[in-house]
Amino acid sequence: MFAYIVRRLLWTVVLLIVLSIVTFSIFYLVPRLAGATPETLAARYVGRAATPETVHLTAERLGLLDPMPVQYWNWIKGVFTGAEYDYGAGVETCPAPCFGYSFITRQAVWPELLDRAPVTISLVVGASLIWLIAGVTVGVISALRRGTLFDRGAMGVALAGVSLPIFFTGLVALAFFSYRLGITAPGGQFVPFSENPALWAYSLLLPWITLSFLFSAQYARLTRAGMLETMSEDYIRTARAKGLPERRVILKHALRGALTPVVTIFGLDVGLLLGGAVLTEKTFSLNGLGKYGYDAIVQGDLPKILGVTLIAGFFVILANLFVDLLYGVIDPRVRLE
Amino acid sequence: MTASAQRPAAEAAEQDSDLIIVDGLIKHFPIRAGILRRQVGAVQAVDGLNFAVKRGETFSIVGESGCGKSTTARLLTRLLEPTAGKITLEGRDITHLKDAQLRPLRRDMQMIFQDPYSSLNPRHTVGKIVGAPFRLQGVTPPGGVKKAVQELLADVGLNPEHYNRYPHEFSGGQRQRIGIARTLALRPRLIVADEPVSALDVSIQAQILNLLEDLQEEFDLTYVIIAHDLSVVRHVSDRVAVMYLGKIVELADAEALYGTPMHPYTVALMSAVPVPDTRRREQRGRILLSGDVPSPISPPPACRFHTRCWKAQEICRTEEPPLVELVTRHQVACHFPENFPDKAVDER
Amino acid sequence: MTTSALRDLVTRHPGQADEQPFLEVVDLRVHFPTDDGLVKSVDGLSFALDRGRTLGIVGESGSGKSVTSLAIMGLHTRPASEQTRPGAQLSGEIYLDGDELLGKTPEYVRGLRGKRMAMIFQDPLSAMNPYYSVGHQIIEAYRIHNPVNKKVARKHAIDMLGRVGIPEPSRRVDAYPHQFSGGMRQRAMIAMALSCDPDLLIADEPTTALDVTVQAQILDLIRDLQSEFNSSVVLITHDLGVVAELADDVLVMYAGRAVEYGSADQLFNRPAHPYTWGLLGSMPRFDTPRSERLLAIRGTPPSLINVPPGCPFHPRCEYVTRNEGRSEEVRPELTPVEPGHTVACHLSQTDREEIWEQEIVPKL
Repeated sequence: MFAYIVRRLLWTVVLLIVLSIVTFSIFYLVPRLAGATPETLAARYVGRAATPETVHLTAERLGLLDPMPVQYWNWIKGVFTGAEYDYGAGVETCPAPCFGYSFITRQAVWPELLDRAPVTISLVVGASLIWLIAGVTVGVISALRRGTLFDRGAMGVALAGVSLPIFFTGLVALAFFSYRLGITAPGGQFVPFSENPALWAYSLLLPWITLSFLFSAQYARLTRAGMLETMSEDYIRTARAKGLPERRVILKHALRGALTPVVTIFGLDVGLLLGGAVLTEKTFSLNGLGKYGYDAIVQGDLPKILGVTLIAGFFVILANLFVDLLYGVIDPRVRLE
Repeated sequence: MTASAQRPAAEAAEQDSDLIIVDGLIKHFPIRAGILRRQVGAVQAVDGLNFAVKRGETFSIVGESGCGKSTTARLLTRLLEPTAGKITLEGRDITHLKDAQLRPLRRDMQMIFQDPYSSLNPRHTVGKIVGAPFRLQGVTPPGGVKKAVQELLADVGLNPEHYNRYPHEFSGGQRQRIGIARTLALRPRLIVADEPVSALDVSIQAQILNLLEDLQEEFDLTYVIIAHDLSVVRHVSDRVAVMYLGKIVELADAEALYGTPMHPYTVALMSAVPVPDTRRREQRGRILLSGDVPSPISPPPACRFHTRCWKAQEICRTEEPPLVELVTRHQVACHFPENFPDKAVDER
Repeated sequence: MTTSALRDLVTRHPGQADEQPFLEVVDLRVHFPTDDGLVKSVDGLSFALDRGRTLGIVGESGSGKSVTSLAIMGLHTRPASEQTRPGAQLSGEIYLDGDELLGKTPEYVRGLRGKRMAMIFQDPLSAMNPYYSVGHQIIEAYRIHNPVNKKVARKHAIDMLGRVGIPEPSRRVDAYPHQFSGGMRQRAMIAMALSCDPDLLIADEPTTALDVTVQAQILDLIRDLQSEFNSSVVLITHDLGVVAELADDVLVMYAGRAVEYGSADQLFNRPAHPYTWGLLGSMPRFDTPRSERLLAIRGTPPSLINVPPGCPFHPRCEYVTRNEGRSEEVRPELTPVEPGHTVACHLSQTDREEIWEQEIVPKL
């Protein structure tokens, strides 16, 4: 087991490095494929009245003329030691860890990411707990009452949940619950947890429920399928043959087997979502990582986009690692690797 | 020293009639562990087999789980490649042939599998299944594929009009017949059957065994049968090999093996078989082997059976007994065989 | 036929004729409604088992033997949570130590499961929960019926594992099912079943998935434990050899009914039903000279939805012509052949004896 963990951790480090190279390459290559030159890139940072010489000089100072591996190396160095950007008019420092510097807003990317992360994390943690509990509960009941009105109704609602896009359900929910009925907070009202836990929860209530509506559908179906499969296993018959009460048979024996795929998917979903629940944050005007990335794309601010992509990738890799390790814990048959 | 070197001259002259010869056959499956997935050991599934199967005979390999008999079946038909050793089919060395070279040989050797429920593609009709060999080998029988398939169905006792039915419409025994029909399509010389009847009910089992016997006569087939049921093996076999932990411990004609078993493991196996006779219940001096079969990853040194053998002595722990022919056509690998008058067996 | 008449017919062990049998099944029927029709898995089965004795139920797939055992355990009644599809329809009577079970509530029968009657299954790997240790599953079984704390239950589990012959039980108690070999796993399952000292043990094909040397060990274990615990055992199998080893009485089932019922001695030495003859003849024998050809029963087992009228075995029977059409029309009832030995067949006693002597014995 220990060797397995060490192997996975080493692999994670390798993956992170590969992720950074690939992401950086994409951000290097794509503008150039679209026809940009180092000069046109530098031009964005010097104002309209600049002369071609100034532009060229700026490009040189910013390192935009360097070959890609050098640029990458400088960037990686910057992550650990900080970087300085000299573009003629002045020198901007970007303290370590420096994940890039936005020349449009004159801000280092990392502090902004740090600033917005709590919003996304709050959103995802809350929603994920709700969808996990709701989805699994509905799935278990549906499986036990297969074919009844409840089952068909629940699966129908689940289908709606999976099919309706979040910006639709979100806007409808906002319009109805927040503006019409006034029982939930309107958009853009995030209150940090450290400031006021009650208000924090209140401000996130509607986004939580809307986002979890989307996911609990999937989890209900997954749990239902898993339960139906485990309930027909031989060991359920043995459990009953021992005289166990039915509740115990369902919760301790059947659910245990059915939950294994659910837990692994859960880890992956949370990982993906942490990287940016773009639609949800935009719909509810929450200043999280997703909205940050969206705004950056609209503005064409490459360093910001690079930063968000990296952090999203990081969460996904981390989630994968966690899920791999978790699998060894929950399924004893895998443990003896 | 391999057993093949010990075969008397008379048998060597018969080598022309040997359909398949196995010499020093070894198959190890690597086990990888550690951070870098290095090979730390191996499952010694088959560890040095020597035997020959004559044309037209039924040769059975019998043993319990983990003895390597299924692996042997797959090695014979080259579904696996041996780690070492040699397999000769009709005089030709097929040990390390590549897929393309093996394909034409597959006309001559076919395999029947244990589970009639999973060895037939549920989405193909029976006609397609049985006719597949013709298509795959590019052979068109006179009269066409359909006619040939219908004849085959009749040969195995099925209704030729069921050509367009699907496997799920048949019972287990009938499905096994379909599988057998498929193997006969190209008139093979050798059929390797891996537990052909163990998944079937007793009454159906008897039908299939009778069928296999009839087909052998009609089509001049050679069978290698892998089984764990000693009663079935006794009924169908000419020669029997008993395997334990990757090695053959005894090899003899069926009559001799069942009449005078010599290896202690064989004796124990036979005494363990429950017979449908109530009188034997009291008379039975059953030999109960202690413990479980050791792992093929680290088999016991020297004689692999010594950890469970009631006769084990010091020599059994230090020196591996070779497979020698103690009585004509009866080979045993044991220092102290049963039913054998001479106790000191070290000379060859 | 009235219940009391059926009860009279049922085989009784000579020494215990006055005592009430421990397990008594009277005219049991288990039908399953399906989309294709009503599957009559068990269709009028009666037998009895005395304390401390072993009954072997023999049959091939589709004979109804497993369904019978599940009916005794009350495992056909759907738990309340699964009441959505129509389940099995049961009728008849099952008496466990005088207590009729089919008329009781599911809750009542559940209380008996594990405690007074226990069951072991064919494949111990799939029959045990892979996510919990073996000890945990034994402790669970014990604590449901005995209000003790975990420490006491754990000690009991270790004790049970030792009694079924598992080495180093205090270490193995925390191991998972997949970490045991096949034979050890089956022993662990037996330990789990016997943990509450039940009076009735039902073993459904307990050795079919095991190697023959391990099978011998397990059969011996069952025999030893039976005398130690003084339980009654119902052994379900298709292997006549296993039945001869272990059973005192034998019931042969075909298409959901009993076709022959008697002591093991009677059944193996003087079998009376053509199906039994066929079973004995189909088996390649170990202990007798090799026969040229096996006595196969022609045809295939019948559909349980459209059971052949009259005698369900008649389409496959070699001797049906001797009964002048009765086999196709009239269902044969269990009638005595000799004391304690009944058979459901239309053949006359003379015909039967003649066929046995002249046609069957030479071929066995």
